[in-house]
Amino acid sequence: MYSDKVIDHYENPRNVGSLDKNDPNVGTGLVGAPACGDVMKLQIKVGPNGVIEDAKFKTFGCGSAIASSSLVTEWVKGKTLEEAAAIKNTDIAQHLALPPVKIHCSVLAEDAIKAAIEDYRRKHGGQQAPAKAQA
Amino acid sequence: MTMSSPALNVGNGSSAAPAGRAGANEPKKPIYLDYQATTPMDPRVLDAMLPYFVEKFGNPHSRNHAYGWEAEEAVEKARKQVADLIGADEREIIFTSGATESNNLALTGVARFYKDRKNHIVTVVTEHKCVLDTCRHLEMEGFEVTYLPVRQNGLIDLDVLKQAITPKTVMVSVMAVNNEIGVIQPLEEIGRICREHGVFFHTDAAQAFGKIPLDVNRMNIDLMSISGHKIYGPKGIGALFVRRKPRVRLVPLIHGGGQERGFRSGTLPTPLCVGLGEAAAIAKREMTAEAERLKKLRDRFYERIMSRLPEVYLNGDLENRIPGNLNLSFAYVEGEGLMMGIKDLSVSSGSACTSASLEPSYVLRALGVDEELAHTSLRIGFGRFTTEAEVDYAADRIIEAVQKLREMSPLWELAQEGIDLKSIQWAAH
Amino acid sequence: MLVPVYLDYNATAPLKPAVIDAVTAALAEVGNPSSVHRFGRLARRTVETARAEIAALVGAAPAQVVLTSGGTEANNLALNVPGRTVLVSAVEHESVLRPAREALRIPVDRNGIVDLAALDRMLAGIDGPALVAVMLANNETGVIQPVEEVVRIAHAYKARVHCDAVQAAGKIRVDFTALGVDTLALSAHKLGGPQGVGALVVADEPVLTPLLRGGGQERGRRAGTENVAAIAGFGVAAALAAKDLDRMAEIAALRDDMETRLERILPGLPVFGRDVRRLPNTSCLAMPGVPAETQVMAFDLAGVAVSAGAACSSGKVATSHVLAAMGVPPSIANSAIRVSAGWRSTPADFDRFVETWISLWTRLGRAERVAPAA
Repeated sequence: MYSDKVIDHYENPRNVGSLDKNDPNVGTGLVGAPACGDVMKLQIKVGPNGVIEDAKFKTFGCGSAIASSSLVTEWVKGKTLEEAAAIKNTDIAQHLALPPVKIHCSVLAEDAIKAAIEDYRRKHGGQQAPAKAQA
Repeated sequence: MTMSSPALNVGNGSSAAPAGRAGANEPKKPIYLDYQATTPMDPRVLDAMLPYFVEKFGNPHSRNHAYGWEAEEAVEKARKQVADLIGADEREIIFTSGATESNNLALTGVARFYKDRKNHIVTVVTEHKCVLDTCRHLEMEGFEVTYLPVRQNGLIDLDVLKQAITPKTVMVSVMAVNNEIGVIQPLEEIGRICREHGVFFHTDAAQAFGKIPLDVNRMNIDLMSISGHKIYGPKGIGALFVRRKPRVRLVPLIHGGGQERGFRSGTLPTPLCVGLGEAAAIAKREMTAEAERLKKLRDRFYERIMSRLPEVYLNGDLENRIPGNLNLSFAYVEGEGLMMGIKDLSVSSGSACTSASLEPSYVLRALGVDEELAHTSLRIGFGRFTTEAEVDYAADRIIEAVQKLREMSPLWELAQEGIDLKSIQWAAH
Repeated sequence: MLVPVYLDYNATAPLKPAVIDAVTAALAEVGNPSSVHRFGRLARRTVETARAEIAALVGAAPAQVVLTSGGTEANNLALNVPGRTVLVSAVEHESVLRPAREALRIPVDRNGIVDLAALDRMLAGIDGPALVAVMLANNETGVIQPVEEVVRIAHAYKARVHCDAVQAAGKIRVDFTALGVDTLALSAHKLGGPQGVGALVVADEPVLTPLLRGGGQERGRRAGTENVAAIAGFGVAAALAAKDLDRMAEIAALRDDMETRLERILPGLPVFGRDVRRLPNTSCLAMPGVPAETQVMAFDLAGVAVSAGAACSSGKVATSHVLAAMGVPPSIANSAIRVSAGWRSTPADFDRFVETWISLWTRLGRAERVAPAA
């Protein structure tokens, strides 16, 4: 039912945790809704060179949602914001071999990256719209 | 051919030695804790069925030879065993392919027969899907259906029921025991109200038959749906009790050779009928002791969970509930994700998460459980082959998994920070 | 004591040993195929493996197979066609005739073959959508219908065709695609599988109106928890039936030899449908002057199980509607019995039947013949 990669990320999630959301170098994305059954929090820490140095996540959701967010924390590290923003949900879904009913998990993970980047950019110039959901 | 029942591939121990393995703290896995979905066959039931798969293979409707008579005799014995468990006459039992067919037959059969005089049905929002789907279809045929709400504990309000009954009401259909939350509706009171108002009382007893005492006369039940595989019998067999005095009439759903006095055509599957009969006979003998044992196991499990985990909520009434069921919400941990963390436990998730819409259980929603909490629910079912060691192991695994997932949950984090989740404007997606 | 002889395979067939093994093994497993946990997924796999075997028996795709509680339900489901004019052959099984109470009856000829010209005329006179139900092989006589021809005619009028193949499957080759029918009914226990399970094979086009609602099983076409163990047995029985079809030629030879031997005793022995294509295992024959009930009782006392017409519920002695439709006078029809053999039948079984028949005929038949007419 679940691919080996989903199981691996679920059982050994990468980069679980939180960064200080008040740190100006940290961008936080909180997407989804409890009533819909999944919520993802993705945080990125951006270095002075504009490269993502660290990433952390916490996710409320099914195994595919946890795996999708775990995977993107690995993927965004070492990328510039532009490169990270180019990650597509289809890449995530393909890498994890998500079944059609779980595609929305990869969509949410892509949204989480975008929201975290937006939050970071808002802190650094504020030209972007506010994040979708903000605690 | 030698006949012996194959070993049952579920759990440990048997009803003969229920608690004997408490010392062994490593039960065989995976552990089956989904007794409301289906139950393992009791080996004694299988033993009773086997001869009818082997040498006694006749068609019970063959009137011309010993093979047929032998099969017919077995079917009639089974019919009596089913009737005896609910205080009915064997002539009031119609064998069907299962409770889904029984519910379809009861609802459409009665509605269509009496449609010239009465066109209104009363049922409940937490009924099984096959009752609700059938009612929706009857609405399309022109019938009116009232769906009663339930209170927070899952039970109907009898005053609301009384008010719902009109002179056009032909039937009230209320399930005896809910399949998700295990609550027992006040059947005797419902039966009395129905009889006073002169309307038929149908009850879907798929989860109740063989688990709690049922008496069609004391409870004034006119039709009762029965399932085989929920009581350690085979799948593919069920029954419908149809009262003879006062007589309930119905239009058959399946026509043909006129078996089952014309109510239900088709060759009766002799071994399956025998299995249902035997399962009913065992239940009649052992129900009281089994209920006591299961209640102890359930309470043990429940107390273990509640003493070690905060913010766990029980869905549905605890008092008016079958002993083999719990339905718990583990706040801030999504149910399907939790199930993946307890892979060696076979339980069922309260949220039907396989659909893209991520719709939580309609039963929990009907109780007024918040959608976010509904997503965190598990149904845990205990039964004849559940052992104390299994219960302890299962509770510990669930506790571990919930703790781990809460550490990963952004909602748990927010709650720990004292932020009210309702104050956040969540994006719908 | 004599070993009992079973020659009533068209009522139900003994289960093949491999089927018993599959059924009992599956009964020992717990699991609802709708559950997502391991037990549920294993049960689902059992069901889907069997579905593929059932589909293969009739050359259909697994997705075209809707599992039911038996042949009767499958026929009822196929005939649940609100708004369509239904035409049925006059020799259909009760499970086709009874759900379609207002159906028009297509006549058959003296051999029991459906009258194609009449069908064409009837369809020409119908406005609006229609459904034609013609069985592949008759349960009482074994007579095989020209179903491809029926389909050709019916489809020219855009009518849907249902075919009850309950008695044919496992006895002759059945090819769903080649027949061209829209729906086809099957039963497990007529081909060495367990009672309580059957299937309706459905072409991609017609959308079924379900009989049983709720739960969404069988992709919304038939609700109810799958009868996993019986389905597993059906799958094995279907796979074996396909393999064992060659054995049917031997059964046909035994059956033909039996009829020849009886004919030597009674020249002109009435055997219904003998001049046309019949199932290899079935013989419907009359012992003139001796009521069928008397015969089957005597056969049972001699340890031979045969039947007087179809195994139905009532136990009533009624003239066969099949023989009546073929124009057989009641006096002959009421002395007809059905002999049906199957996978476990032996030459010795037929010998016992022939011996018993001859001794009965010597005792009763001749006496009846000389008795004055009432």
